Amino acid sequence: MSEHQPVEGKILTLPFMFLGVLAAIGLYFLGVRFADGLGAVANINSGYPWGIWVVYDVVVGTALACGGYALAFVIYVFNKGKYHPLIRPAILASLFGYALGGFGAFFDMGRYWQFYNIAMPSNWNFNSVMLEVGLCVITYIFVLFIEFAPAVLERMGAKNMLRWLNKVLFFFIALGVLLPTMHQSSLGSLLIIMGAKVHPLWQSLQWQPLMALLTALTMGFSIVIFEASFAAVGFNRRPETPLLARLSKAIIALISVFLLVRVLELALNGKLGFAFAGDLAGNMFLLEMALFIFPLVVMLSRGNRDNGRLLLFAAVSLLFAGALYRFNAFLIAFNPGPGYSYFPSVPEIMVTVGIVAIEIMAYLVFVKKLPVLHSAEHA
Amino acid sequence: MKRRDFLKATAGGATAALCGAGIAEARENKPPLENAIGILYDATLCVGCKACVRACKEINGLPPTLMGEDVQYDASRGVSGTTYNVIKVYKNGTSEAKDKEIDGFSFAKKSCMHCVDPACVSGCPVSALTKNPVTGIVQYNADTCIGCRNCMVGCPFSIPQYEYHDAKGQIQKCLFCNQAGVERISQGLLPGCADVCPTGATLFGTRKELLAEAKKRLAAKPGETYIYPRGRASDELHTHEKDAPAYQQHIYGEHEVGGTQVMHIAGVPLNKLGMPELPDRSYASIAEGVQHTLYKGMIAPAIALAGLAYVVKRNTSNSDQDDPDGQNSRRPGPNNDRGEP
Ligand code: SF4
Ligand code: SF4
Ligand code: SF4
Repeated sequence: MSEHQPVEGKILTLPFMFLGVLAAIGLYFLGVRFADGLGAVANINSGYPWGIWVVYDVVVGTALACGGYALAFVIYVFNKGKYHPLIRPAILASLFGYALGGFGAFFDMGRYWQFYNIAMPSNWNFNSVMLEVGLCVITYIFVLFIEFAPAVLERMGAKNMLRWLNKVLFFFIALGVLLPTMHQSSLGSLLIIMGAKVHPLWQSLQWQPLMALLTALTMGFSIVIFEASFAAVGFNRRPETPLLARLSKAIIALISVFLLVRVLELALNGKLGFAFAGDLAGNMFLLEMALFIFPLVVMLSRGNRDNGRLLLFAAVSLLFAGALYRFNAFLIAFNPGPGYSYFPSVPEIMVTVGIVAIEIMAYLVFVKKLPVLHSAEHA
Repeated sequence: MKRRDFLKATAGGATAALCGAGIAEARENKPPLENAIGILYDATLCVGCKACVRACKEINGLPPTLMGEDVQYDASRGVSGTTYNVIKVYKNGTSEAKDKEIDGFSFAKKSCMHCVDPACVSGCPVSALTKNPVTGIVQYNADTCIGCRNCMVGCPFSIPQYEYHDAKGQIQKCLFCNQAGVERISQGLLPGCADVCPTGATLFGTRKELLAEAKKRLAAKPGETYIYPRGRASDELHTHEKDAPAYQQHIYGEHEVGGTQVMHIAGVPLNKLGMPELPDRSYASIAEGVQHTLYKGMIAPAIALAGLAYVVKRNTSNSDQDDPDGQNSRRPGPNNDRGEP
């Protein structure tokens, strides 16, 4: 059999039921959104047309779902087979993250019943970054599905299908590396057209795609560390710390390049002063930098890397850093001009909370029912 | 450093120099169309009667915005799903003198600028917003729009309005009175707002005519008699004479974000009248430049995919290579499902 095994345990635990309540509340407000319009639930307005549903559910959510992408890069492109035990849970988390990001984009769409228009070549506007993001994310969800299919087929005992799939899988793995590279960078490029509405500390124009891509990769690696540590504690499994420690080397390289580009872009364009302006944007920038630098400092020392707890802290810090970078650029320091303001409404927040709850619930069901986590004796 | 200095710097060479590789220069601003039409709004002529706001609503079938029960005049404060055009007031200090920045007041107009190189059109994934190739009117097609609101985040003037309180909302904005069913421009009529404007403060014409007219006004000496056309810039029959005011030497929309077809002039600095300070370079040109440099018509991704597929295939068929101690690798054997993710 495979070296992956389902985790033993009941599905209907207390935390699971709590998540179920959150999901139900979220779904209720989603119902209101469909019945009475976006404005009945969300506080978005003409100055802030994108609220947390876009910025959290799609922009941050899919970056948090980059674990499968980041690992696929290391394992299959750089030929580091030893990270293999981590890939299945990562692909699964990515699948849910992206599927729900896609769902988020759908219910946030003002004319969702016409969403198929984006798939019709006659409508395509090749100048639109949004087109690239939309098509690429849809395709990637499908690719993740195929990448995860072996776990389902193993469980079903569909040996022939599995053999056939394994023959063509390399192509989908390659797509699974290419597509996130494209749309994660494009998610950053979305900021270019917003021009002067994006605060100078985040409006790097031509550099947007690179910064978005680098932070998506750091978030991807961090979520792998986070999930593996969580699974180790939650399901009483041996931690994969030595493996995770080695991942942190990749993270060090990525953060270093990111920080270098970020600071150089600001310095060369004479924008560093904004950082110390003492206003909300400046302070948010400093907080964001601190969240990026802390994990770098931690991971630079070998001893720290082998310490599971410190590694987890560093990973969490990086997740917040990448999320804050996106929130700052798209919302917190976004300024459409005088007269507009935005803060999410409670129902709007509950929808996002509900979606996250559904994601976690689905993940729990899957690891308990399907061979996802690496078997103990191989770990 | 102020935010606007940064904007200037962006328009200048700093970013381009940093970029080196030429991504920044991949596409210039789009030039104005030969026969682009437009509107010149001269705040110094505007008397704040809001006839244009009312005409706009009537022609486009939009309900009036009420203040309490009062239907006497339209109370719209900003553009919205039911308002394409508003006249606002600027006041300072004692508000005594018209068209003075200090202790003065001025009117201001807000409506779609029909940008020469529009961000809303560039960003729309499904071509629901398009620029008419002859008139340059920025048109909308609700039948393809998916409601992603990328046009709204992109528009520097926050013009497109999604109808948030409608379960089946759509984008609303000024379509230059030329959408199907209205078609005033195609019929040779004036857009509603210019048609009813009693002073010619909202003036229709080709962008070229309007630019020439605006330059002439800015060149006039304050106090000297000037002959103002009404309705159409080229109309020599319907004119009125008035002393030229002290204009700000700035035609808003001549250069901003690549130029706009609706342009404003005033006696008060335009950024005091709600017009944002923007660089001359259109953000659409930068975004498209980056996008097309990276993608090169999908050829670059196709090559990348071929390369990746090759590398992945090689690596999945000997993925144990890298791990000589075999510690974490899969056990070789008949059950080894090679190449699984
Ligand atoms: S003003 Fe805004 S909506 Fe109008 S054309 Fe320009 S970008 Fe588009
Ligand atoms: S909301 Fe509609 S018109 Fe605006 S960018 Fe999206 S699809 Fe295009
Ligand atoms: S051109 Fe027509 S739609 Fe546009 S502001 Fe004038 S009256 Fe309104």
